[in-house]
Amino acid sequence: MTPALAAELGGEPLFRWSYVRDNLDGPIWESLSEHLVLSFTPVLLGLLIALPLGLACARWTRLYPPVLAATSVLYAVPAIGLFVVFVAFTGLTYTTVIVPLSLYTLSVLVPSVVDGLRSVPEHVRQSAVAMGFGPLRRLVRVELPISLPVVMAGLRVATVANISLVSVGALIGIGGLGQLMITGMKWPGGNYPTPIIVAIVLIVALAVVADLVLLLVQRLLTPWQRAGRGARRAARRERAARLEEAR
Amino acid sequence: MITFEGVTKRYPDGTVAVDDLDLEIDTGRITVLVGPSGCGKTTTLRMINRMVDATEGTIAVDGKNVRDVDPPTLRRGIGYVIQQAGLFPHRTIEDNIATVPLLLGRDKKQARTDARALMDRVGLDTAFAKRYPAQLSGGQQQRVGVARALAADPPILLMDEPFSAVDPIVRANLQDEFLRLQDELEKTIVFVTHDIDEAVKLGHRIAVFQVGGKLAQYTTPDELLDAPASDFVRDFLGGDRGIRRLRFTQELDAEVAMGGPSGPPTGSTGATPAGSAEAGER
Ligand SMILES: Nc1ncnc2c1ncn2[C@@H]1O[C@H](COP(=O)(O)OP(=O)(O)O)[C@@H](O)[C@H]1O
Ligand SMILES: [Mg+2]
Repeated sequence: MTPALAAELGGEPLFRWSYVRDNLDGPIWESLSEHLVLSFTPVLLGLLIALPLGLACARWTRLYPPVLAATSVLYAVPAIGLFVVFVAFTGLTYTTVIVPLSLYTLSVLVPSVVDGLRSVPEHVRQSAVAMGFGPLRRLVRVELPISLPVVMAGLRVATVANISLVSVGALIGIGGLGQLMITGMKWPGGNYPTPIIVAIVLIVALAVVADLVLLLVQRLLTPWQRAGRGARRAARRERAARLEEAR
Repeated sequence: MITFEGVTKRYPDGTVAVDDLDLEIDTGRITVLVGPSGCGKTTTLRMINRMVDATEGTIAVDGKNVRDVDPPTLRRGIGYVIQQAGLFPHRTIEDNIATVPLLLGRDKKQARTDARALMDRVGLDTAFAKRYPAQLSGGQQQRVGVARALAADPPILLMDEPFSAVDPIVRANLQDEFLRLQDELEKTIVFVTHDIDEAVKLGHRIAVFQVGGKLAQYTTPDELLDAPASDFVRDFLGGDRGIRRLRFTQELDAEVAMGGPSGPPTGSTGATPAGSAEAGER
């Protein structure tokens, strides 16, 4: 540690294990579970709304530009602004954090759903029609499964963004692990970096784990993707080998 | 038999894709619709399974107006094969083939067993059953497309340029096997192509279309080459030289089909041994 930083911390070490030991079952666990609820509920809500909205936008293409504009504008509003606005309506409750984060999720996922549906090749759609799939069956059995990789990519972005954004809620007193940062900053008698570091480490860990889990789910749900990549790799290797031989 | 009576298709933008078409398509035979791009072949084909609805006139299958059948039901009874195969990328080969039987509510295990038998029939190694379409070559995907169209054993098969996207050697190979298969199955096949060689090779009867959706001539390949009905048809056949060439290929193909003295299959296959045609497809 540099002398300057040490002076600023007033001799307080950067990290104290005793804090973790003493608070694990209390504030740390509580803020972690709050963080989980506050970040995953909006992902679920956002997905539930984004699916029909995205379907509608893909079906009635004229709907998409205004919806896209609205969600983009929404995304540009800083989270803290939205939280403060919602306090006026829903008070200091979880809802005040969950609703704005759901809106953010929406603005990521609606384009994902639309792009996913657009990634379905026209000849595949046509052959589904030709084989006698009705519209609903075609959607559920053909179009949505093929959209899955694109939708899952959006879901991963939204999830990680939410996990990080929840901390901002701490500024209105509802922020999961963000609460620990406030604790560290407002410690009576000066700075206390340990809770801040605990919060940062847990948030990053949470984001990484969530992303990996979603990636795993995606892999399990879309086995054909890896098969396709494998085939393309094999074809490239074969071409390269032939070129090599030709030389 | 499929009959077109005074059928016209006008798209919403005013394009007349098919103009007052009368056509009788024989049961159990291959009828080829041929003509330059944009002459209304695909539209004509799609009016049979109601992927496109006619603006005027009636289309009947065995005397029954297709308008009186609900489209999904109609389509499950008509096989359909397209140029890019249109396979479902997220389903294995056997499940792709079993699509229509499963839609019809047949037993899944049985459908898969049948799918494998069909793979054999269209010349696909059953080792591919659990693979995905992206793992197959273009020619192999096309075979899956044909197997899928045949899976529910429909009496009618609609094929829209099914062999156009593969290279010539594989194409010739697919055409030969398709003819052999049709000899056994005797489906009513409507086959669209822009390739007059393919039309002459495969067609029992050939309908030549010209742009504007007009039927220029409808007759047997022999008649077509003997007596083109108009300058348009003659030009489309490639003039006198083209006609001579088509005759020559036709005779070669006939000799090969009869196991004639010409040795290895030549004609449109070129002087390539069948073995390497298979290899080209892998
Ligand atoms: N959905 C559509 N809307 C408007 N015009 C169309 C549509 N589909 C095809 N056409 C037009 O109808 C004509 C015939 O098209 P098509 O049946 O696809 O011809 P082909 O299969 O012989 O190439 C073309 O001029 C084409 O541009
Ligand atoms: Mg066409």
